[in-house]
Amino acid sequence: MKKKNIYLLIFILVLLGLALWSIVPLNTKLLGPDGLTLGLDLKGGSQLLYKADLSKKDPSITDEEAMSSVIEKIQRRVNQYGTTEPVIQRQGSDRILIQLPGVEDIKEAIGLIGKTALLDFREQKVDENGNPVLDDIGNWVFKDEPAKAEGRDGIERELTGEYLKHARVNIDPYQGPLVVIEWDSEGGYLFEQITRRNLQKPLAIFLDNEIISAPVVRSVIQAGTLGQIEGDFTMDEADTLAIQLNSGALDVPLAIIGQENVDPTLGADSIQKSKLAAIIGIILLLLFMLIYYRLPGLIACISLGIYGAFLLAIFSAFPLTLTLSGIAGAILSLGMAVDANILIFERMKEELRGGRTLGAAAEAGFDRAWTAIRDSNITTFIACVVLIWLGTSATFHASMVSGFAITLFIGVALSMFTAIVITRTFLRLIVSSRLVTNLTAYGVKE
Amino acid sequence: MIDFVGKKRWFFLVSAIAILIAIISLAAFKLQPGIDFSGGTAMTIDFTPKVEQSESTQLQSQLRQEITNFGHPEAIIQFQREGRNFFVRMKFISTEEVNELGDRLEAISSRDVEISVPLEMSPIIAAETARNAGIAVIIAAVAMLLYISWAFRRMPKPFRWSTCAIIALAHDALIVMGVFSIMGRLANVEVDAMFITGLLAVVGYSINNTVVVFDRIRENMIRLVSPDFAVIVNRSLLETLARSLNTSLTTLCVILALFLFGGATIHNFVLVLLVGLLAGTYSSLFIAGPLLATWEKGEWRKLFSRAPSVGKTA
Repeated sequence: MKKKNIYLLIFILVLLGLALWSIVPLNTKLLGPDGLTLGLDLKGGSQLLYKADLSKKDPSITDEEAMSSVIEKIQRRVNQYGTTEPVIQRQGSDRILIQLPGVEDIKEAIGLIGKTALLDFREQKVDENGNPVLDDIGNWVFKDEPAKAEGRDGIERELTGEYLKHARVNIDPYQGPLVVIEWDSEGGYLFEQITRRNLQKPLAIFLDNEIISAPVVRSVIQAGTLGQIEGDFTMDEADTLAIQLNSGALDVPLAIIGQENVDPTLGADSIQKSKLAAIIGIILLLLFMLIYYRLPGLIACISLGIYGAFLLAIFSAFPLTLTLSGIAGAILSLGMAVDANILIFERMKEELRGGRTLGAAAEAGFDRAWTAIRDSNITTFIACVVLIWLGTSATFHASMVSGFAITLFIGVALSMFTAIVITRTFLRLIVSSRLVTNLTAYGVKE
Repeated sequence: MIDFVGKKRWFFLVSAIAILIAIISLAAFKLQPGIDFSGGTAMTIDFTPKVEQSESTQLQSQLRQEITNFGHPEAIIQFQREGRNFFVRMKFISTEEVNELGDRLEAISSRDVEISVPLEMSPIIAAETARNAGIAVIIAAVAMLLYISWAFRRMPKPFRWSTCAIIALAHDALIVMGVFSIMGRLANVEVDAMFITGLLAVVGYSINNTVVVFDRIRENMIRLVSPDFAVIVNRSLLETLARSLNTSLTTLCVILALFLFGGATIHNFVLVLLVGLLAGTYSSLFIAGPLLATWEKGEWRKLFSRAPSVGKTA
């Protein structure tokens, strides 16, 4: 019996070592950017829910294909934008949930994601005499149709972003940032013809039916060389344009049907205060246990400390994203972990008062408290499973409910382990070592 | 010693009054739904140059006029002194409409306008959120009902046990909702998705407490402590009293600290937990067990008669 307890103690210490090893490197910023993964509500950031208008898709592809292609393109755009740990998730048949932690300028992000980014070139409109048409204020007017040219196979094609191989930003010392485009071989062939036809004439560059710029073609751009898009760009705008061009046009238009933006400073302030509050609360709790239950209370404090280390280790090892609702689950599971200890100690006191020896009372305490711990925790597990199951199939705030349930599930499972294995082993070791036999130390008057 | 079962009429009366107030308040005032549940758009409108306090009233009426012209007379517009900007809450509008509104406001105010949207939700999504939360709670409650019936299968009428546990649970949830309904009326406190999470925690806590008490009743039944079920229930409640109070006190330590010192963003959420904890402690002591005793002994009618109840302390 004693030997088994020592093995168990070693086992617990090894586990604790592992847990500490996995959380201590990030100890300095336990709840900071490099520690636990914090959810949007804590860290700040944006959550966008889009609805895709599938009625406007190309009829030759299925809804499934359109959606997965849109998601893939959004993925590429968001990745190039450089957000850390973005989440892009399809929900239901036509919805896409996007979470962008830490993004401050959501407008830019929305512009980046939702833009369909359709690139084309348009020729100048001319009247029947071949003179350029001007509008009221003397600006050039361009055709409504994208410029066309004959492809290598003799069929006439519109030159669009479809033939784009790659776009990147270049900084011209005189013109500032501009976007350099590289065509594939067909695109280069079309572009060569269009530039030849429009030599010394303006050629407008259109993005999503909006004119970006209308430079005058100075020379024929031969197939295989690079073209460029000039405009009055800032560096950011040029970057965004390059990203949009590279990811191609979205197959269907998207509309925002839900968004939530949490100011990162608000989240940080809230964490700071709540962290302090939680520490105060936990210290009070431990003091209470210590004063009321004496020696077993001390053991409970130690095993609750180990419980906390394990919980943090599980969170950072998986890693699970910590949200406000997750913290709620953690608080509730902490309450249940304490409860398991209290159940055992109360039972043990009853048995001691009933005249049992220390060893027998400790064993009876665990045995009798077990059914209560088991049944109440299984009830909680059942509720958690239902919530996780329903939570993952729901929409916007789904992560909130399932986040709560997942944390609670892990926390309660761990609390059972804490009470039944850790507290029990420590208590058995102390009782069997006969270091402390005075019943006052166990909270019972002799 | 407290006579839980003998004095049950008084305990039930207290709960009945509390629940009645909660139901009346819920029926009359309902819960103030946040954008999460009702749908809508919340906006912060910043002007450059910043709005001076003295100009705010005039600008606010201009805003009101323009937003009404825009087709949203229902909008709530508030000047926020701290940020010297306006907070607007209205029915759901699309991103394009937000931009258009921004352009219009620039035109009327001849200042630069920056609109940020902290939260918006289309009514369809909001309705789905509310419905899903409701379904989740109901399915979870049914699943727990079934498990408790099974866990107490050795008892003569296990279904009664689980029903009493669920009644205690509904009692706690109703009281929390009642409190928020009254606060919604008095202080415009809204219920959002975090409220639902808090309610789930309360439900979990409540069922946990009740099961612990029932476990002791079950044990004392098996050990045939007394032929009188009322005596068994009372004794079980007394035996678990220290545990019930200590567990509540320890949890209260953490929740109260969070309530008093925690950040503003979790304030309402912690309030849900606080009210739920108090209601849950009460119901697990004074409602679940005594209710089971009343049912087992078939004393429903006696609750309303003038004759004293039979339960005695052992």
